[in-house]
Amino acid sequence: MTTPFGRRVGAVLSRRVVGRYVVLGIGDPGVVVEPGQFYMLAAVTGWGGGAGERPYLPRAISVLHARNGEVGFLLEDVGPGTQRLCELGLGEEVYLVGPLGNGFTPPLAGREAILVGGGVGIPPLAMFQERWGGQALLGFRTAQHAQAASVFADPEIATDDGFAGHHGHVTDLLDDFLEHGEDVAVFACGPPAMLKAVQSRAARHRIPAQLALEAPMACGYGACFGCVVETVDGYKRVCVDGPVFDAAVLV
Amino acid sequence: MIEFCGIELEHPVINASGCFDVLAAREVFGEALVGRFPFSAYVSKTVTLAARAGNPPPRLWESAGGLINSIGLPNPGIDVYLEHHVGEYAKLGVPLITNVMGSSAGEFAELVGRVAEREEVAAIELNVSCPNVATGLDIGADPRGLRELLTVVRPLTRKPLIVKLTPNSADVAECAAAAEAGGADAVSLINTLRAMSLAPGGHGRPWLGGGTGGLSGPAIRAIALAQVASVAARVAVPVVGMGGVSSGADAAEMLEVGARLVAVGSESFRDPDAGSRITAELAANFAENAA
Repeated sequence: MTTPFGRRVGAVLSRRVVGRYVVLGIGDPGVVVEPGQFYMLAAVTGWGGGAGERPYLPRAISVLHARNGEVGFLLEDVGPGTQRLCELGLGEEVYLVGPLGNGFTPPLAGREAILVGGGVGIPPLAMFQERWGGQALLGFRTAQHAQAASVFADPEIATDDGFAGHHGHVTDLLDDFLEHGEDVAVFACGPPAMLKAVQSRAARHRIPAQLALEAPMACGYGACFGCVVETVDGYKRVCVDGPVFDAAVLV
Repeated sequence: MIEFCGIELEHPVINASGCFDVLAAREVFGEALVGRFPFSAYVSKTVTLAARAGNPPPRLWESAGGLINSIGLPNPGIDVYLEHHVGEYAKLGVPLITNVMGSSAGEFAELVGRVAEREEVAAIELNVSCPNVATGLDIGADPRGLRELLTVVRPLTRKPLIVKLTPNSADVAECAAAAEAGGADAVSLINTLRAMSLAPGGHGRPWLGGGTGGLSGPAIRAIALAQVASVAARVAVPVVGMGGVSSGADAAEMLEVGARLVAVGSESFRDPDAGSRITAELAANFAENAA
């Protein structure tokens, strides 16, 4: 399934605040999205001219859900681009390029999927769980952020502030699973430190792991070579060779 | 139709080298890309003699009205380029312009000689925005070095030679004149402007893995317009104008100051089909002015 060529315009069809995040549903009928894929998003108006004359480039945002002609995104205001996207209201228009990237490879039959997510990195795992199931282990900074766990079925939660779920890292929850589980496969998306921790555990326990990476991108379709990550086969573009990589190939 | 160095082009909008990877774009967008290719010619990414991995990340920084990149010209080297890429690029149905970079006149000569053998290649663009290993000077910033380079490579091919000028020189028109005197068939400009950004909280440490990078996007368009105007007024050979062009109106201004063709770079990052949109806007702009 290839991506429609060019940049489309979609309107914000739904918007809700979930804890510290905003979930936007944008109209984009007829596309097929795989768990782990992303879009490049930019507001049609008010993109640029903000603080420091930014944003200029579109932002790479992973897909939370795709149904009924609507593609959903979980957003956190962390800079001029996501700030503008978070403030979009119903009916406002967004430039769309996508879906992009490879997405997760589904787990082999008989292997239990463990989905390890951190913060605003949880959307690909929510879509994964909806498609293929799996036990979600989610880490957040605060209980307020952890409200986003509501997009999962039966998640286990860890928070840095200890006001929801386990007080500590999401990898503590993963360790509990790895001690008992045998035929498991890990699928993870979150901050770099969390992914490193997942990668080292997967190597130690000799279990397969797929990591969905984030990287600042200019284009999202392989043109700029700006988003590379180092692998055992040299630099690879996160946008077209990923964003999902086998943990074993990442340096 | 537009005539450029003896090549017939459908319209005056082409891509800037390094800003559109046809092989990746075709993987992503499929044959729709080939069916309505956004540019009237395809300028390939810079190819060098040996393969290059490119610079360590981070490679991008979004700045005011544009971006700074420190990509480092990753490419598979001339052997793989000729064996695997040229044939694929030829399938696009538009003329192919191959961009090459060497770090000495000898390297350029080898690259030009090998590319010249391929009939799929319509023209060769020389990326001279790199230090000469012998002198340490940027070849493209040194009129004498530029003329010497052209003297070496000009006899090696009858294909049009386009010199991609660097904006990081004291007098870009003087460099353009030197290229013309050496036998260049056209000049293209501007390349990115040398720029840097600092790591947040890094106490002066550069953000980009390559230290400095090149600034592009609307932030540089006014500078590009001035440089294109000064070069077009100085040389008789055709000029390819580029730098921050993101609309038909921007493209029209490049043509108004004397460019024969306009190249689109960073705008393709924001909109993969920007070339088609800018071409359509440009045509509408002409129609309006003619009415």
